[in-house]
Amino acid sequence: MKSTALNKPKAPSYASSCNACRQCTPLGACLAFKGIEGAVPFLHGSQGCATYIRRYLISHFREPIDIASSSFSEDSAIFGGERNFRRGIGNLTQQYHPKIIGVATTCLSETIGDDVPSFLRQIDKDVSETENQPKLIHVSTPSYTGSHIDGFHEATRAVVKTFATRSPVNNRLALFPGMISTEDIRSLKQDIKAFELHGILAPDYSDTMDGPAWESYHRMSPGGTPLSEMTLFGGVKAAIDFTHVVADKQLAGAYLQDTFGVTRHRLPAPIGISATDDWLDLLSSLSGIKIPLSYEEQRGRLIDAIVDGHKYLSKVPVALFGEADHVLGLCSFISSLGLDIQLVATGGKTKGFEEAVHQNMQGDSSPEILNGSDFRDIESAVDRLYPRLLVGNSKGYTLARRKNLPLLRTGFPIHDRFGGQRLLHFGYAGAQRLLDELINTIITHRQSESDVGWTYI
Amino acid sequence: MSNETPSLEDLKEELIAAYPKKVAKKRAVQIVTNDITEDGSVPEIKANTRTAPGIITQRGCCYAGCKGVVLGPTRDIVNLVHGPIGCSFYAWLTRRNQTLPPTPESENFINYMFSTDMQDNEIIFGGEKKLAEAIREVYENFHPRAIGVFSTCPVGLIGDDVHTVSRQMSEELGINIFGFSCEGYKGVSQSAGHHIANNQLFKHVIGRGTEAPEGKFRVNLLGEYNIGGDAFVLEDIFERCGITLCSTFSGNSSIDQFERSHLADLNLVMCHRSINYIAEMIELKYGTPWFKVNFIGPDGSAKALRKIAEYFDDDELRANVERVIAEEMIAVTEARKRFTPRLQGKKAMLFVGGSRAHHYQDLFTQVGMETISAGYEFAHRDDYEGRDVLHSIKVDADSRNIEELTITADPEEYRPEYTDLKKAREEAGMEFSDYKGMMPEMKKGSLIIDDISEHETEILLNKVKPDIFCAGIKEKYGVQKFGIPCKQLHSYDYGGPYAGFSGAVNFFEDIDRMVNASVWKHLKAPWAKGA
Repeated sequence: MKSTALNKPKAPSYASSCNACRQCTPLGACLAFKGIEGAVPFLHGSQGCATYIRRYLISHFREPIDIASSSFSEDSAIFGGERNFRRGIGNLTQQYHPKIIGVATTCLSETIGDDVPSFLRQIDKDVSETENQPKLIHVSTPSYTGSHIDGFHEATRAVVKTFATRSPVNNRLALFPGMISTEDIRSLKQDIKAFELHGILAPDYSDTMDGPAWESYHRMSPGGTPLSEMTLFGGVKAAIDFTHVVADKQLAGAYLQDTFGVTRHRLPAPIGISATDDWLDLLSSLSGIKIPLSYEEQRGRLIDAIVDGHKYLSKVPVALFGEADHVLGLCSFISSLGLDIQLVATGGKTKGFEEAVHQNMQGDSSPEILNGSDFRDIESAVDRLYPRLLVGNSKGYTLARRKNLPLLRTGFPIHDRFGGQRLLHFGYAGAQRLLDELINTIITHRQSESDVGWTYI
Repeated sequence: MSNETPSLEDLKEELIAAYPKKVAKKRAVQIVTNDITEDGSVPEIKANTRTAPGIITQRGCCYAGCKGVVLGPTRDIVNLVHGPIGCSFYAWLTRRNQTLPPTPESENFINYMFSTDMQDNEIIFGGEKKLAEAIREVYENFHPRAIGVFSTCPVGLIGDDVHTVSRQMSEELGINIFGFSCEGYKGVSQSAGHHIANNQLFKHVIGRGTEAPEGKFRVNLLGEYNIGGDAFVLEDIFERCGITLCSTFSGNSSIDQFERSHLADLNLVMCHRSINYIAEMIELKYGTPWFKVNFIGPDGSAKALRKIAEYFDDDELRANVERVIAEEMIAVTEARKRFTPRLQGKKAMLFVGGSRAHHYQDLFTQVGMETISAGYEFAHRDDYEGRDVLHSIKVDADSRNIEELTITADPEEYRPEYTDLKKAREEAGMEFSDYKGMMPEMKKGSLIIDDISEHETEILLNKVKPDIFCAGIKEKYGVQKFGIPCKQLHSYDYGGPYAGFSGAVNFFEDIDRMVNASVWKHLKAPWAKGA
């Protein structure tokens, strides 16, 4: 393992956060629930959390997202929220007839210690089977622990736990890709199809969070992982957890493996050449089908483009920041292109992040690594390291502006560019897009900074 | 799309049909058909009551109103949020307030978010130590003149005393540090947070200044948050009229403006809902009169400017105001001519804010559009029916929890001459401490809906298709799925400014672009059109 350069000055450490690089746990849970057919997320706590999270997710996805809440008052904060919870579930059910209500807690209900599982048991007892009661799924997401990514995985695992039963082996493949873009979801589904496999991808918000204009009114956005499919989880042919660093105890595939003995693969999401090679290899071995020619052609064009683009990218010092798994995928791809990665930063405190960065480095960069950082830390590192390019989400914009550095937007959130929700990062096509964007970002910046005004560059 | 006014009254039953009985009953009194009797009175509407759990509301929380709305736009007070990371993150520049520091070196913290980033440890053992440490860090990093500390939900529950920590740190660091008990679960909406913000600003900031800016006619503009650059437009108009802005609460503002605001000659209230408390408290303590203004729309703007000139009773000011209005109206008249034929007869709905749903109706009227339904997100009855109903509003448990400051005239700084001036003007027919509310200005038969829910919005749009719907980002994309353009009136869709006269021209252009966009023709694919 390579070591980080010890002679570099250390980053100062702070108790507070200034310009955070992560969101709160319930946000991730809400998004995960949005990817399940007929599900409405429900926050047990203050209505403001639902409003803020809706507002925030919408600024990235530009799609409606309904999140209900138990709308705590001071009384509920003091005497407990069960009454509000029950009324909330009842009211929500009557308005939307959801098939599922995904209940995530907030720091309010967690702090007062509301026992949501017991509320759910009580509702189960009280409701007769004839009533059209939605299935209630609970995930504990106090926002004072972890980040949105933890909430996302925990909610996904809670959904799978609710539906998976011991069942005969079927031909399905269970895919748990984590918090990715809608286009990346579509690309995984396309890959599965190309190998004539049947996948159950969860959560699948590619339609609910990136759907078409409606011709007629829908009570709820169509799409999501189909309920009929989710009952097959216990007998899938294989389950795949896409992650570098998320602990097995948070992962849905690991749950299927531990509980039902499902064959499980744990591999990084297909960002960049090597990760895509591995993913397609796995699909090929699972399906017994050779990697289709179209993929070979895509790969060929990508390699050809990398050769052509090398002159723009070689040794360009770059800083990467964002959600851990995403940034690790970028690390692997961007280092393979010959850029000099100076800084790799993630917002949520992530176990094993440093080792994972080293494992994903190709070439000889030895970046500074910031784990559990905010943009104050990132900015002070940028001041020491002089990268010439930033790659990360929209929250890096003010930093980029202050330092006059180009910023290539990837990941979440992207609210100062159009179409951030449907950026493709996965597969050879995603790598191709990233490559083109990387180069064009550098060229655009060079052109705008140039006194000459080069037309060929 | 039909041009006939649909029977909105029949809709009410449909809107509440899906609710359980108890909720339906509660909602029934929050949805009224407008009527105006001969004496000008309007029907009673229930407002500022808690949203039922499980109803997807537009409303935010107390913290959002306090930190996000009132304090957020000020550039040189560091807003430190005591709580888990999300609350501060989600309020980080999301209201898109603009500010223009006087020099490039001047302090501007608007682009920053600060949080104590509370973890399990603080929830269990208390977060006061971490808060003190965070305040020290903020001070060492930025040396601000003032720090505001905002409480989020867990703070009240674990018993952290932000006020004591603020006071202690203020003594330690020698700067003004003050806390806000604006936990998210307080009150029924962000409205509670506005009130708390008003109170704390009044206690800790207002009145500390000793010098008013030079000028013959000094006013404070209250409840103007500089969305889309509105404050810049108004500052320009004031300057050209010779009116001196002593302070703005709080668009494009700084703490020294707040500190000296008690020295102005007049308070103008824009957003009645969020800031009327400060206007009232300043009058009680210092004697400064206030009246309501609406600088959205040319008519409202002209009316407000003329009223200011009358208040000061100065011929030069009158002449300046008339000159500025005349200059500004050239472009407005020209724009109205251009856009009225394209927009005439179109129908609008506005469900937004605590004043915005009212203020923007005038702009639609200007180009021949009609507002067929409107409502506020977090307003009170007086914002609907006018301040005359204030005495009859019952204080419920949620409102009772918000501190009401007892204000008396300051023995040294109260200025009786302003009371006399007000009295003289009142005798001449000028109205003060006035707000007539939204409903008296809306047509008979229009549907007024307080705290409209997501579900009701969908039913409403499915039954009645307005030509434009005005709300916020949460509603925007759902509304547009129906093939109806949605104008964001919180952030202006990142456009604007819409205030004053030139702002109106921008608004007409934007509405025309949205209502008459060609994309609506393509909603159905050509091969599906016959189906």
